[in-house]
Amino acid sequence: MTNPNNATITTVHTAEFTAGDALKIPTLRILRDDGSLYEGAVAPELDKATAIKMYDTMVFTRVLDERMLAAQRQGRISFYMQCLGEEATTVGSAAALTEQDMIMAQYREQGALRYRGFTLEQFMNQLFSNEKDLGKGRQMPVHYGSKDIYYMTISSPLGTQIPQASGYAYAQKLRGLPNTTICYFGEGAASEGDFHAGLNMAAVHKAPVIFFCRNNGYAISTPASEQFVGDGIACRAVGYGMKALRVDGADILAVYQATKMARDHALKHNEPVLIESIAYRLGAHSSSDDPSGYRSKEEEEKWRQNDPIARFRLWLVEKGWLNEADDKATIEALRSEILDALKVAEKVAKPGIEHLISDVYAEPIPALQQQLDELKAHIRNYPEAYPVTAGRLD
Amino acid sequence: MAKMNMLQAINNALDLAMAKDDSVVCFGEDVGHFGGVFRATSKLQEKYGKARCFNTPLTEQGIAGFANGMAAQGMKPVAEIQFADYIFPAFDQIVNETAKFRYRSGNEFNVGGLVFRSPYGGGIAGGHYHSQSPEAYFAHTPGLKVVIPRDPYQAKGLLLASIACPDPVIFFEPKKLYRASTGEVPEEYYEIELGKAEVTQQGKDITVLAWGAQMEIVQKAVEMAEKDGISCEVIDLRSILPWDADTVATSVKKTGRLVINHEAPLTGGFAGEIAATIQKMCFLHLESPIERVCGMDTPYPLALEKEYVADHLKTYEAIKRSVNF
Repeated sequence: MTNPNNATITTVHTAEFTAGDALKIPTLRILRDDGSLYEGAVAPELDKATAIKMYDTMVFTRVLDERMLAAQRQGRISFYMQCLGEEATTVGSAAALTEQDMIMAQYREQGALRYRGFTLEQFMNQLFSNEKDLGKGRQMPVHYGSKDIYYMTISSPLGTQIPQASGYAYAQKLRGLPNTTICYFGEGAASEGDFHAGLNMAAVHKAPVIFFCRNNGYAISTPASEQFVGDGIACRAVGYGMKALRVDGADILAVYQATKMARDHALKHNEPVLIESIAYRLGAHSSSDDPSGYRSKEEEEKWRQNDPIARFRLWLVEKGWLNEADDKATIEALRSEILDALKVAEKVAKPGIEHLISDVYAEPIPALQQQLDELKAHIRNYPEAYPVTAGRLD
Repeated sequence: MAKMNMLQAINNALDLAMAKDDSVVCFGEDVGHFGGVFRATSKLQEKYGKARCFNTPLTEQGIAGFANGMAAQGMKPVAEIQFADYIFPAFDQIVNETAKFRYRSGNEFNVGGLVFRSPYGGGIAGGHYHSQSPEAYFAHTPGLKVVIPRDPYQAKGLLLASIACPDPVIFFEPKKLYRASTGEVPEEYYEIELGKAEVTQQGKDITVLAWGAQMEIVQKAVEMAEKDGISCEVIDLRSILPWDADTVATSVKKTGRLVINHEAPLTGGFAGEIAATIQKMCFLHLESPIERVCGMDTPYPLALEKEYVADHLKTYEAIKRSVNF
């Protein structure tokens, strides 16, 4: 552009609207439901070890979700969020990154977290808010984070990570790092002002960030049809001048390929890219939600058939990389491993009382230290009322 | 009269307001068909149609700005912010726009009739993003009214008064009490005057002041103190802005002592404002320093919530300190 408005001037002499549907965004699909490839589609280059790691990660989150939702129902943990139906979305994308690419997630990306190497014990410690939790028992269950594996700690307010990802990626660029930042969010969060601010900032400042929108059809009860009128979320990226891709989110090969391509582009050109993954949030929004109040069992059943794990399993079996019998045994073993870890984590003590005031600032300010001292004196007065901390005040 | 919990009382108030006045509309995230994540707007879409009760996109700043626009046109939007912890993207629209609409235009325009409803407060194992009590931020903003009910009866009357109010109101609802607090509520329309505190219990030795969900906490402390022979006067502030200094001062002139309890952190909390005003109005009547029992100056914790909160035991201790000063 050469004009001060930075806008292309294509002159006409009769007024005419430009409609949004002039833009057609294709959806990448590689793997069919039956595990075969679409005609003309080529599977991305994947070695057996990587493919099996991807599969194992998806299975892990599926079993973890089942087990921990049950634990929530039993009152053992206060809250839980499943990623049912979206396993390929987060695992396929995380697998396409390198280990030092930053991940800034929303809250339903346990697949990406597990792929990075978050251990079963770490999951459990966070879910039980115990003293071994990296977040020191401060956040609700599923608000994971780990500096070691480049996974930014989850924040509940929606969309806040989007402009942060732009800034983080810009800093990676200034530092000359060969890394990108991937930023996950839902189609609902894309309505927040932070989404628009974050995309525009990234585009203007040429930040190598991958905006990964998990369009799963629902923001709690609100269907995507009441969330926006445009063609999905991908079209907005075009409006901000960045490249966009749309993929079938239940097709792990397509997600992997799209993310590889986005990563290469972001780093080569120092430009943001947006990927919109189309899937379905098959579970409730959270353990506090009941979808029967806003959608039908028939609708859920239809999408249950579109299982990302089953599809990938068929491909792996077909390739001779996975054996159905071994697979069943692995899942059984995983169930008992998770239950064992749960039983250990729920017995670990809660964080010590000093962690009420640690990390508010780098060092506790004097007023806080005084408040803690007063609190300790108070607890000594009423030890039976504060059983978690009364026995270990010093 | 009917037995209602706080959610039913709020739902009933919205229903009556919408039936009475076509200009009343309810909207917010998940507010439409689903009736809100806490079901405060349950069945309203069914009854009044999608034009008057609807889901919005997930954008609090959008909701607040949209509400400002509707109210400026003369309608009465009752906009829900799903959790008070999520009100901050709307802060600019509320603090710079809602609060100053009438003032900046020389009363050419106003957003009277606008109500922001939002569940606030802790006690639900919600950690720092589902437990905050942000009333002090808004109390620092001239042009807004800030109201917090303690039970179903109060919730209905205060919400109806807020909708009828010619000024914009932020109506924080103690979500811990949504289902836990029940009581007899008149089925017909009634208002409870904004800006007026209520003396909920007469006493002579000390005044204990709180609002919202903390009212039942201080009540427990007061019962403990009374076993020690301390006679407590209890006040529910109900309106944080404007607040009823006269009712509080009248009480403190009688008792000579004041304990203020709130959930929000101590520093910059509204108790500081109350203490400063009351010490000036009642200086020669005070027998002891005004006590504040508040949240600690940290984000709201999760695992150590019990230790953090301004509970009945801390309040009871403050009452004793004040009396024994």
